[in-house]
Amino acid sequence: MAHFKKKRGKSTPEVSTSSLPDIIFMLLFFFMVVTVMREGERKVQVTVPQATQLEKLEKKSLVNTVYVGKPIKKYQDIYGTKPRVQLDDKFSNNLDGDIALFLEQHKLKVNEQLHGQIITSIKADGEVTMGVVTDVKTALRKAAQLKVNYSATPNSSKMNRN
Amino acid sequence: MARKRESPEVNAGSMADIAFLLLIFFLVTTTIDADKGITVKLPPWSETPPETQRLNERNVFSVLVNATDDLLVRGEPADINQLRERAKEFIMNPQGRSDLATKPTSAIISLKNDRGTHYKAYLEVYNELKAAYDELWDEESQRMYGMPYGDELGTARKNAIKLKIPFVLSEAEPTNFGED
Repeated sequence: MAHFKKKRGKSTPEVSTSSLPDIIFMLLFFFMVVTVMREGERKVQVTVPQATQLEKLEKKSLVNTVYVGKPIKKYQDIYGTKPRVQLDDKFSNNLDGDIALFLEQHKLKVNEQLHGQIITSIKADGEVTMGVVTDVKTALRKAAQLKVNYSATPNSSKMNRN
Repeated sequence: MARKRESPEVNAGSMADIAFLLLIFFLVTTTIDADKGITVKLPPWSETPPETQRLNERNVFSVLVNATDDLLVRGEPADINQLRERAKEFIMNPQGRSDLATKPTSAIISLKNDRGTHYKAYLEVYNELKAAYDELWDEESQRMYGMPYGDELGTARKNAIKLKIPFVLSEAEPTNFGED
């Protein structure tokens, strides 16, 4: 304390830290607004493939996501290692019916005027075979959900080449 | 006077620490990058199989991907790296060759895969075909309006370009030879 008093006595200019909380709060609010909480538990391993012709999914509320991949380690004893489809937080056993129900449940949360703009994002692992992806596509077509987005990460090396 | 004012003040020095803690929590849970992907429009479902259409063979650019992720383009094995250029040449047919599309509006790209094809390979092929159209749209946009194809072009102009070079990609029901 004596040390501090000495300084003050000399009146050396100190940087004011009183606005530090305000700065931190601003950052905090920024991140609070930007944050999207990861919803539910991911039960399948998904590493989406790379691509270059990507489009952004703008409105998060209009997007529902179907995960396709191998079950994670914890569930492999029960469900094996074959690729499975995850809707919400459940594995789907009867794809056609489950997807129709899943889409209806999502529609309830969306304004009716915007129903036509709903996009289904297929997050499928690069290593799964097209069989299961085709089944998902067929189920979506049967449920009249035709706007689909194949989720992918940008391929930076190829992007630069162009 | 000065002393009296000092006494009832709450110490706000730890405010920064509290805010920091919250900040770090949100920093960790944040995923800023929006979801990205290739947007496609699926054909509507119908129980009856579609009528078979007779098409002039020169207007069809068939791409097959088999269960070992190999490519067959117009009946011949092909390399993925040349797919984009070949598709572009097929659609525009700048030299007026008799084995390529008569005009961009009648060009059809037909994509077929096996149930055993890896999703990664399928998406790579789809990406190249989409890229071919995106590049053609871009070139057309540069030629007509002098700016790249994008949202600043406006819907009307975009539609005008798409009318000239429509994106026609027909996907056949996959074969089932190699699903494990």
